[in-house]
Amino acid sequence: MYRYSDFDAAFVATRNRQFRAQVERRIDGSLTEDEFKPLRLMNGLYLQLHAYMLRVAVPYGTLSSAQMRQLAYIAERWDKGYGHFTTRQNIQYNWPTLGDVPDMLDALAEVQMHAIQTSGNTIRNVTADHFAGAAADEIADPRPVAELIRQWSTDHPEFQFMPRKFKIAITGSPNDRAVTRAHDIGLRMVEQDGARGFEVLVGGGLGRTPMIGKVITEFLPEADLLPYLEAIVSVWNLIGRRDNKYKARIKITVHEHGIDEIRRLVDARFAELRPAFGGVDQQMLAEFRAQFASPVLKSAPTDAYDTAYAKDPVFRSWADTNLTAHRDPDHAIVQISLKAHGATPGDASADQMRAMADLAEHYGHGELRVSHEQNIVLPHVHKSDLPQIHAILQQHTLATANIGLISDIIACPGMDYCALATARSIPIAQEIATRFDDLKLEHEIGDLKIKISGCINACGHHHVGHIGILGLDRAGVENYQITLGGDHTETAALGARTGPGFPAEEIVGAVETIVHTYLDIRESREETFIDTFRRTGMAPFKAALYPEKEAARNAA
Amino acid sequence: MPRDFKPKVVTANALLEGDVIYLTEDDSWTRELKQAEVITDEAVAQIRLLDASSRVAEAVGAYLADVIDTPDGPEPVHFREDFRRKGPSNHFHGKQAAGQ
Amino acid sequence: MSVIVTDTGFAPDDWTGGFAALDAEQTNAAALDMPSDTPESALSGAVLAAPMLRIAFPSSADGRGFTLARLLRLRGYTGRLRAQGHVIADQYAMARRSGFDEVEIDDALAARQPEDQWLFRANWQDHDYQNRLRG
Ligand code: HEM
Ligand code: SF4
Repeated sequence: MYRYSDFDAAFVATRNRQFRAQVERRIDGSLTEDEFKPLRLMNGLYLQLHAYMLRVAVPYGTLSSAQMRQLAYIAERWDKGYGHFTTRQNIQYNWPTLGDVPDMLDALAEVQMHAIQTSGNTIRNVTADHFAGAAADEIADPRPVAELIRQWSTDHPEFQFMPRKFKIAITGSPNDRAVTRAHDIGLRMVEQDGARGFEVLVGGGLGRTPMIGKVITEFLPEADLLPYLEAIVSVWNLIGRRDNKYKARIKITVHEHGIDEIRRLVDARFAELRPAFGGVDQQMLAEFRAQFASPVLKSAPTDAYDTAYAKDPVFRSWADTNLTAHRDPDHAIVQISLKAHGATPGDASADQMRAMADLAEHYGHGELRVSHEQNIVLPHVHKSDLPQIHAILQQHTLATANIGLISDIIACPGMDYCALATARSIPIAQEIATRFDDLKLEHEIGDLKIKISGCINACGHHHVGHIGILGLDRAGVENYQITLGGDHTETAALGARTGPGFPAEEIVGAVETIVHTYLDIRESREETFIDTFRRTGMAPFKAALYPEKEAARNAA
Repeated sequence: MPRDFKPKVVTANALLEGDVIYLTEDDSWTRELKQAEVITDEAVAQIRLLDASSRVAEAVGAYLADVIDTPDGPEPVHFREDFRRKGPSNHFHGKQAAGQ
Repeated sequence: MSVIVTDTGFAPDDWTGGFAALDAEQTNAAALDMPSDTPESALSGAVLAAPMLRIAFPSSADGRGFTLARLLRLRGYTGRLRAQGHVIADQYAMARRSGFDEVEIDDALAARQPEDQWLFRANWQDHDYQNRLRG
């Protein structure tokens, strides 16, 4: 894992001192709220419905045990004993006061963490595949590159007051677990004639106008990465629209100018910027690679695992859903579900955080990951340790066997916390999870991703959910629109609307109808929901959801 | 004839604590919607909002929210204001937990 | 009246040459005023020979000026470069790092954000990731 250099540490300490002074200057009137707001945002501090909210970066989703313990400490010391892990590999604290935040930032700095650029019209926390460095299907670990991008984008003088936020995601695997096609820039590590480089996608995004990113270059040599990124952001900083915040994201710029024109502008800017990067960045990248070297994996018999798998059905069920293939066959990647049925998706209590930190320390080389699906990952676990880990997870209500299933729902904070929300998301997620748990249908249904957002900003990724749910305000009442057929992976697709929305009391029933329709029409157990939808299209689902309309059509 | 004017309260978030506050008749801030000043006249509402917005060292983002004036004090019209008055629905936190 | 901010703090404006609009007839002798929406294609020719360029910041949230400054320097502009308008003390380091020599603010802003708040960021050359990554 990456350890701060003296430079990083001094930078964060200085930045925290500046923010402490900015808070004081806001209170004494030197800064107006209009001036303070972008400054607090670029340090991760929002003002939400009931309180301030501090969003802390977990760069490329990687955490050490010590860092996780400190997150638990912060939750207890300054918040209400829990934190909320988000789809952007951040953790959010919902209840700090303004005066506490500088102390919280200092506490984060003690474990080499910060909240810099987790908000505001800046380049945000760079996200990466949560299985990086462990997955069996990986070409290369994307995290050293992500760390390089983190350093380049941090405090970049040109890019702190841009037209809008800017998000970069990177994956080192052909199976895209980082949703690179829905980011302002998506980077996919590829090799060409033995040389390392990137396929670069630009102009993806969700929100009010969802778009799938377009390829701006199929192969960018590794050494050209920073000047090329700088060229893209620099071009957009000047021509991105500032007159309408809904048209400000680069996806709209690409849409309005066309990818070919953007490519031309970027290439021209790249030619101007390239000479400034003389190779020091590549030396740094090589050093980061050494720091991210794989831990030394133990070799031992896996009998304990095989026995438990054969004898204990609860363990087997958990192993079947929550484990992923590690590049070493005697190891596994463990996903710890933060989606216990009826709980708030992504929330973890301080006790749970400590339990996960301890597990990582004893069995997982002290390493944890935050996934964009709002779960926690232990990336390197020897199979013989799995029964013990499972037993400990059970003691902390962390052993829910539902990864990738219908109750593994992504939900944004929605109207329960968010000032921009038009409806709640969390209770809908809670109800769907409990309903399908009661029905005991979850494992029968298999792979199905539900994603819920509480407004068109789409923080809950609803556009790319197999079933997407969008909460709206219809004349002062919560109403939920459904989309079907979205896909967040390398075959990314945006979901299509089923038709009119449903009031809160009916939305869970509507989801049930969709699921029953799928179970009725699938060709076999192996045909997943998304495959069935692709085969049949919307029609059978529409007919089931809106029977009156169907009846009217048949009568006509 | 004055246009139909729905009763309003001035509400904001406190600068230091960040929690929901309401303007009272005596120009102080209260945490309780019930103690808020109910404004029934459009012109008065605009002036009270201006007053509140100028108190930059105390409040952030002041705005007018619709209420129903009841004998027990104002009640929120929109569900958003109901959440602001109580707190989130997934955890017993926020104002609903105050004084427990 | 306005105040000029540099690394040594506040000073009165010592530029007496006046400013011409960017789209006016350009001569090498004239200092130019550039709006924040100046297209990058305008950063060429006679502009690069001007003795002084002043880029407007209509709002502290409008960061185009930082990129304009950077491009000017990359294209070889060596004259005096000034950021003018709603630039706040917290942006001083960004302005300097992007290539500006100085910032021009009005008296009201100077009163609200006095000299010490600007001098707090006069150390803009320290703790600079960009400086570390280039070269
Ligand atoms: C709670 C306060 C939050 C606020 C005020 C907020 C605000 C926003 C806004 C305004 C957008 C739309 C941007 C645009 O279309 O230009 C957005 C998008 C997004 N947010 Fe949030 N968000 C919040 C929480 C979250 C959380 C908790 C997550 C992660 C679970 C998240 C992840 C995202 C993602 C993934 C997108 C869509 C991707 C894109 O930027 O196009 N946000 N957010
Ligand atoms: S989708 Fe809307 S409601 Fe949900 S967190 Fe984002 S801004 Fe808030």
